[in-house]
Amino acid sequence: MPIVLIVAEQQPDGNLRKASLNAISAGKQLADKAGAELHLVLLGKEPAKVADELKGSGAKVVHLGAAPELEHYLAETYAPAIAALAQELKADYVGMASTAQGKDLMPRVAARLKSAMATDITAINGSGADLTFTRPMWAGNVFAEVKLTTPVKVFTVRATEFAAAAGGQGAAEVKTFAPKVEASKTKFVDFKEVKSARPELTEARVVISGGRGTKGDFKEIEALADDLGAAVGASRAVCDAGWVPNDLQVGQTGKVVAPALYIAAGISGAIQHLAGMKSSKTIVAINKDAEAPIFQVADYGIVADLFKVLPELRQELAKLK
Amino acid sequence: MFSSLQETPPARRSQAVKILVTAKRVEDPESKIKVKPDGTGIVQEGLKYKINPFDEIGVEEGLRLIAKHDPKGEVVVVSIGGKEVQEQLRHALAMGAHRAVWVNHTGPLDQLAIAGLIQKVTEKEKPDLVILGKQSIDDDQNQVGQYLAEFLGWGQATFASKVESLESEAEKNKVPAVTLTADGKAVRVVREVDNGLATVECQLPAVVTTDLRLNQPRYASLPGIMKAKSKPIEELTPAKLGVDVTPTIQVLKLSSPPARKAGIKVPDVATLVDKLHNEAKVV
Repeated sequence: MPIVLIVAEQQPDGNLRKASLNAISAGKQLADKAGAELHLVLLGKEPAKVADELKGSGAKVVHLGAAPELEHYLAETYAPAIAALAQELKADYVGMASTAQGKDLMPRVAARLKSAMATDITAINGSGADLTFTRPMWAGNVFAEVKLTTPVKVFTVRATEFAAAAGGQGAAEVKTFAPKVEASKTKFVDFKEVKSARPELTEARVVISGGRGTKGDFKEIEALADDLGAAVGASRAVCDAGWVPNDLQVGQTGKVVAPALYIAAGISGAIQHLAGMKSSKTIVAINKDAEAPIFQVADYGIVADLFKVLPELRQELAKLK
Repeated sequence: MFSSLQETPPARRSQAVKILVTAKRVEDPESKIKVKPDGTGIVQEGLKYKINPFDEIGVEEGLRLIAKHDPKGEVVVVSIGGKEVQEQLRHALAMGAHRAVWVNHTGPLDQLAIAGLIQKVTEKEKPDLVILGKQSIDDDQNQVGQYLAEFLGWGQATFASKVESLESEAEKNKVPAVTLTADGKAVRVVREVDNGLATVECQLPAVVTTDLRLNQPRYASLPGIMKAKSKPIEELTPAKLGVDVTPTIQVLKLSSPPARKAGIKVPDVATLVDKLHNEAKVV
């Protein structure tokens, strides 16, 4: 039986990265269409920590590979171990969420497996030998249907396009294995986390983003975000200007979000930014410039100063409660 | 194409630091990209082309590294494509790169082939460091640097970025995100990852890919442009490099993303909240 192998990711804090659950549900869809069996793999110093979460996510087997050398993620130590497992299982497909780690790791795995790879897939089409992936190109202005013709096919999953795999689907068999750890020419030095009390940008139900129109003043945006339990995002311009940390950037070169509600305050709506938020369910634009391109994708737009609109919005929303 | 996967990397030169950088020709990021009605490609008319912005950042970083660590060092720029890519090579030369390698090939290429070609150029040039953009803004694949590192058996540091702002006054004084270590045997790189910044150190030779905020590329000066005209461009082909470039990714069809239905402008905040609550039901 063909095998789909999905790589799960443990965050530096030891928890499962939530995007892994979206990749697992893409893997499940792929396994159904390819008539394949779904396997998961997790590497780390203590991968067993998140085994329970993976067990109920609908896979047939969860492979846990533990080694002290795998404490800090490095492509050079993780890629050979995953490629070796894929070869041992004779996996036909190897995939992972399109996180920073997924993007760093999977091409290296693909290179080892001499495989073609599709980045950021948004859909899986057809079945069996006619199976294809859909993926965005040119900052999401074009969608391409692609067929990988190498024996093993590697991909990363755009998490916002697949629902998170739900629990309670019967327990997977958990197998531990000793990953083959190769020497690495790269060593981990440190990791500096950007801490936030707000939800993760890519997982939030509501995202409020600020652009150049904020002139660097995010107070009103943060206040509204706190009222709504929302995540704060930003356009490339404000990250480049150093007004907010880089990891808040929404866009082609930043994060891709698809929340239920996206509020763009003082953002003109450049192609680059739209690539990261166009799939949001409802989009609200607040901008002084009535001609701003953001109004072309916004469900609701207000042509006004964001510093007037945002406090009013908080008051009106408070009335609903 | 994969021949050197398990072999030792080529011996490094003991002399000047040598950096290989890439310069892919892509549609100008400001262009409006439209799909042809039959889905076989994009509409070419009226498009402008330039060096991939992430590659331009790579050229800049190569020049900065040389300036800082070894003024006698060399930056070699490589591009793959038809003769039109010489425009992008000349642009990199005008920025200050020393010479160029042009892999003459027309027709589709996938990332396996591109990485295979750059691998052969790397083995020929024996640089200390290869710097590529993290992704090209046309296919958005974000793969070639990683494939290349694996083919060469080298370390990789992807998404090299910076902590501080580019515009800040402190730009000149801050610690750069890509530095050669004091002994010149490794490169230390600050990487932009989910939820923060990770720092790694790769033994040289190594592969680095650039993220957006790594640096602000310089403009090509007029003397630079004049000088670039006399800098050498070496011509190679996939056949000369011995790389099979038959694509392993078939692009069956291109399509436009589904258009969002036209929205409305609301006169005031009360109406907005009413719509969000009663119509969209998101608050």
